[in-house]
Amino acid sequence: MAEAPPPPKLVEVRGPTALGGGFRRFFELLWLIAVNDFKKAYFGTVLGYFWSLLRPLALFAVLLFVFTRIFRIGSEVEYYPVLLLFNIVMISFFQEATLGSVASVVNQENLVRKTRFPRLVIPLAVVLTGLFNFGTNLIAVLIFIIAFGVPLTWTWLLFPLIVIALFVFTMAVSMLLSALYVRFRDVGIIWSVLVTAIFYATPVLYPIEIVPSQYVDWIMANPLTPIFEQARHWVIDPGAPGAVSAAGGVTGLLPAALIYVAVCVAAVIVFRREAPRIAEEL
Amino acid sequence: MNIPGPLPIACVGLSSTETNQTRGKGTVRDLSGNPVVIRAEGLSKTFEIPDHKVDSLKERAVHPFRKQETRKLKALEDVSFEVRQGEFFGIAGRNGSGKSTLLKILASIYTKDRGSLKVAGQLAPFIELGVGFNQELDAAQNIVLNGVMMGLTRQEAESKVDTVLDFAELQGFSDLKIKNFSSGMLVRLAFSTMLETEVDILLIDEVLAVGDAAFVQKCNDAFRDMKESGKTVVLVTHDMESIEHLCDRAMLLENGRQTRIGDPGEVGREYMRLNFSEAASEHDSWVPSDQRAARMLGAWLEDGDGRRVSNLAEEDSIRAVVEFEMRAPVEEPLFTGMVANDDMVHIAAWEQPVQREGMPIERLEAGERVAVVTEIENNLVPGRYNASFRLCRNGNSDDVAMQMIGAIDFVVYGTSSHHGVVRVEPRQSTRFGDDG
Repeated sequence: MAEAPPPPKLVEVRGPTALGGGFRRFFELLWLIAVNDFKKAYFGTVLGYFWSLLRPLALFAVLLFVFTRIFRIGSEVEYYPVLLLFNIVMISFFQEATLGSVASVVNQENLVRKTRFPRLVIPLAVVLTGLFNFGTNLIAVLIFIIAFGVPLTWTWLLFPLIVIALFVFTMAVSMLLSALYVRFRDVGIIWSVLVTAIFYATPVLYPIEIVPSQYVDWIMANPLTPIFEQARHWVIDPGAPGAVSAAGGVTGLLPAALIYVAVCVAAVIVFRREAPRIAEEL
Repeated sequence: MNIPGPLPIACVGLSSTETNQTRGKGTVRDLSGNPVVIRAEGLSKTFEIPDHKVDSLKERAVHPFRKQETRKLKALEDVSFEVRQGEFFGIAGRNGSGKSTLLKILASIYTKDRGSLKVAGQLAPFIELGVGFNQELDAAQNIVLNGVMMGLTRQEAESKVDTVLDFAELQGFSDLKIKNFSSGMLVRLAFSTMLETEVDILLIDEVLAVGDAAFVQKCNDAFRDMKESGKTVVLVTHDMESIEHLCDRAMLLENGRQTRIGDPGEVGREYMRLNFSEAASEHDSWVPSDQRAARMLGAWLEDGDGRRVSNLAEEDSIRAVVEFEMRAPVEEPLFTGMVANDDMVHIAAWEQPVQREGMPIERLEAGERVAVVTEIENNLVPGRYNASFRLCRNGNSDDVAMQMIGAIDFVVYGTSSHHGVVRVEPRQSTRFGDDG
């Protein structure tokens, strides 16, 4: 009884929530878990960094061969190899983060069922770890950019906006999937198919200007398309159409923007609704 | 509800010096002047258990309008209690009585359906030791992770690492990945992390069950330290020993309702009475009451010296004693037993005629009191178990005269890392091609 503890104040307990236990704890946990996972991937093995680069690079090598030697789209596009690698690194972030987070909440069953753990941290940590990977992969892109002599422009400074837009969307999709997966286990299978479809529906392999005009509206409705096109415009080739001109004006961006916002809103609503019950559903 | 600061402290000082009563190993303290730190009023929780769980979108899409048939399971009904600062509060109950559900509601793992729950101060987010650990991280990283889960900042948590390792006597292991720790080391680490981080209220679900005897002793010492340092602890257990020796007050839950709250000794006796009363066997409604030929008086485990125990070491054999009183005569009495683990997997079952000096008894008379002592070898891996018994008529195990489901809850503890359900002692020999 050395010191008198302050008289405690009774506060109503509201039960489990997505954020659970205050913002500071939320962000500390998120950061710790993401950093730990990232370290595990990189420092666990001597070749950690190279292994994580190997996947996008191998995919890049195969696709580069196919699209410059067989289909020959590549030869019509400025800095095609650099653009291809850049696109692959960006789409890999989206794919790996969303695929990794689908089952994340269920896989952390022990945490969810036996601790007061902010549920949202679990999928977000997966996305954040993916973001760190994305960052290190961008180093490889930078090497290619220098090697191919892509001119440096001031618009590179705008690239963080691209990252934010991509990160927010990836986060929203991950939240949605991980919350739905708790109840519907086939979400995992559905998403693994959808993610491949999205890969082809996004201008990763091809630039938007060679898409036949009757399909442009469809491709432009994909929220990832404007992000990828704008990134190309700002970073690789200022001569390429940005998001706005590819869509033929601001109104052409409306469908993509609507879907983007709808996914984000749905993610917040669904996750908030499901979070308190996750422990019971498992 | 705020009582002016100095007052409760004075009360605690007074109680711990002047009004101490010693009963057994336990100490009764009067903490009624302390401020309330947990107040639950009318807590209720109902689980809806679907008869047919729809767990795919495909099924939803194929049968969009199928109404889900659910059964309602009332896990908690109108539970109210208060816990005061510095109090050791025990929650006792049989398997399925709702005690773990209550703890999960306290820890904000489950949502409550009705009622109000108010808590003052920082509440530990765990209900089991070591669940926040990540096997792939080393001890120091895990301490930081756990500390942050307890509400510390990263810097605060990092500054605690050495103290925690010291307390756990694991100074040399800070860089070792947790997956290489023995279970005893893990528990020590988890326990000391919990003690060293400044959490006001600890929630504990039967920790004393795990670890070797020396560690149990260490836990007990730590509990005593916590008691003296004014930590508030809510302990959930089926072990009446810990309720009576550690707790200041206790509550008994039965089928989700609180049946008694107050003195731990009384709660312990009520638990025993409830366990072996007619009320407890009424849920076995398929043995009509007019056919019940015996009344259970008690069931317990004994060690080699005849002392009642609720925990067994891995190598101790199991000696179960079931005492009952005959109300009607039973011909060719047959006694059967069954052991199931926590997942309700039936591990072993046996049946034997009731014997006297090795010879089967032909008839048990009304009014006779019998204690059947069964000793079986213990091949159980560490974990929680329960044993059920039946007395049957006419040498026929389907003709039940008395039955007691889950008569004995017990824990087998040990530090060996056996997987599976039973422990085997492999004897290996090798044959090579030439040996024939």
